[in-house]
Amino acid sequence: MKRPSVAATWVAVGRRAVPGVSLVVAACAVAAVTLAAQSPKYGVGRPPTPDEMRRLGSAIAPDGTGLPAGSGTVAAGRDVFAVQCARCHGPTGEGDVGARLVGGQGTLATPRPLRTVGSFWPYATTLWDYVNRAMPFDKPSLLEPSEVYAVVAFILNLNGIIDESRVMDAATLPKVRMPNRDGFVVDPRPDVPQKGR
Amino acid sequence: MKETAARSRRQILRMGAVVGGGLLAGGRALASEADARKLGTPLGPYGERSPFEKALRYRRDSKTPETGSSFTPLQDSHGTITPSALHYERHHAGIPAIDPAQHRLVIHGMVERPLSLSMADIRRLPSLTRTLVMECGGNSGGEWTQPAPDVQRSHGLVSGSEWTGVALSLLLAEVGVRPGASWVIAEGADACRMMRSIPLAKAMTESFLAYGQNGEAIRPSQGYPLRLINPGWEGNTCVKWLGSLKVTDQAYMARDETSKYSDLMPDGKARIFTYEMEAKSVITFPSGGQQLPGHGAYELTGLAWSGRGRIERVEVTTDGGRSWVNAVLQEPRLPVALTRFRLPWRFDGRESVIASRAVDETGYVQPTREALIAVRGTNSIYHYNGVKLWRVGADGTVTQV
Repeated sequence: MKRPSVAATWVAVGRRAVPGVSLVVAACAVAAVTLAAQSPKYGVGRPPTPDEMRRLGSAIAPDGTGLPAGSGTVAAGRDVFAVQCARCHGPTGEGDVGARLVGGQGTLATPRPLRTVGSFWPYATTLWDYVNRAMPFDKPSLLEPSEVYAVVAFILNLNGIIDESRVMDAATLPKVRMPNRDGFVVDPRPDVPQKGR
Repeated sequence: MKETAARSRRQILRMGAVVGGGLLAGGRALASEADARKLGTPLGPYGERSPFEKALRYRRDSKTPETGSSFTPLQDSHGTITPSALHYERHHAGIPAIDPAQHRLVIHGMVERPLSLSMADIRRLPSLTRTLVMECGGNSGGEWTQPAPDVQRSHGLVSGSEWTGVALSLLLAEVGVRPGASWVIAEGADACRMMRSIPLAKAMTESFLAYGQNGEAIRPSQGYPLRLINPGWEGNTCVKWLGSLKVTDQAYMARDETSKYSDLMPDGKARIFTYEMEAKSVITFPSGGQQLPGHGAYELTGLAWSGRGRIERVEVTTDGGRSWVNAVLQEPRLPVALTRFRLPWRFDGRESVIASRAVDETGYVQPTREALIAVRGTNSIYHYNGVKLWRVGADGTVTQV
């Protein structure tokens, strides 16, 4: 991150710096209604505190619901990937201890299908969600939102899905059309013909 | 005191035998210490199995042992309950150490009253107990291409437990599901916060949140202190260390329901949300790797189960599929639970191929490997439930076919 990219700026602000005063206000408001807000029939529990909600983190829907502020470029992602991801996934995502992340397009209907982010994953939002919640493997949730946007942009670029110039954020990421978006079908089972009862 | 008196009498009698009924005085000193019965070990606060029992879960070597599977030793199993300590494992980011006093379940999203519950809250609620099979969606995944040499590796990602907890429908009524909601997104409190999307219809009917397993608290490796149970569905949907349930109007297309746990077909399309585990069975004795000690009478036995209900029938062949007979099923046959089947059998030294075939209450018949592959190819990884063949050699060795 040699130049001060959008991603780097946001990283400096950080995930934990955002709430501040508003959290305190919200917490007071919640405390005031706690007693009245137990479950109606059995009277258990209380409303979640803002801190509990924050610690749950973001689950990201395919339409982008849950994506936080921040943004990341392919270039910034290249740097993040080199530091955080390459030791398991290889310098260019070719895979090692970690899964291969690139290639495989056109192989799904062959005897040796290669299922990668580029060839198989139907939604780019899933990549954001998974990197954010589960990566790096030994330090999950280490990355700041803009680092996640950046590394997602880099992996999508490695797969030829977005150009080098694209910036990923809450608005652009859900609009990325993955190559295998239409590659999933509903469960038709039972599907094996029954004979010889 | 009684013990001492009895021992003295034995010693006297023994002495009598030695000296021909002569001198009793001094007999005590002559009694062999080795002949005395040893006092057993004292009472203990938590039981251990006999040191002679060696059954263990099987694990592959891995550079990342925090993710992966361990397999239940079905070949050593009795009955239909898997000891919690031998229940198969599948973790994605290790087993978290959770203090139940600190743990919260947050139910939020499209609900009228978001709720944060402690474990004490949950344990106050009306509870239910169900005996169920739990099977990994990837159980027998190797069988598509390379049938495994023993039943632990071919079928060991299945276990049976009695689970106790609270109906999810009860909690969803407490929070008030908003109109338009159709899914529940479940997240674990493990390091990767493993996530799955569960259709609201399942959540409102059969799903429950378990804190008990086989009469005690769920083991950490099975989701302590709280696990989502979706009866009959692949184990991965039964999110362990449950920390969050978010009610939504869409599936979240999690990594573990798109990239993983989806079934790739020969045409390159992948089936998604393949939750149900279809009827399946396997002979656990005799099974691959075992050696029959000789000719004569044996009890052939195995396990059958279906995610769609009760096992209606298990047919067994001992002649390579030319003829099939009904095995005896252990009652009660519980729906969506391991069902033990048995068949008296004589080994007379003739090589034979043996197999079992389950039929569930829907009439579904467990398919052959060939029939399964004819439809699904060999690249779908998940939901393999083909008939498993074992060859009993003339010398009594049992191998894969």
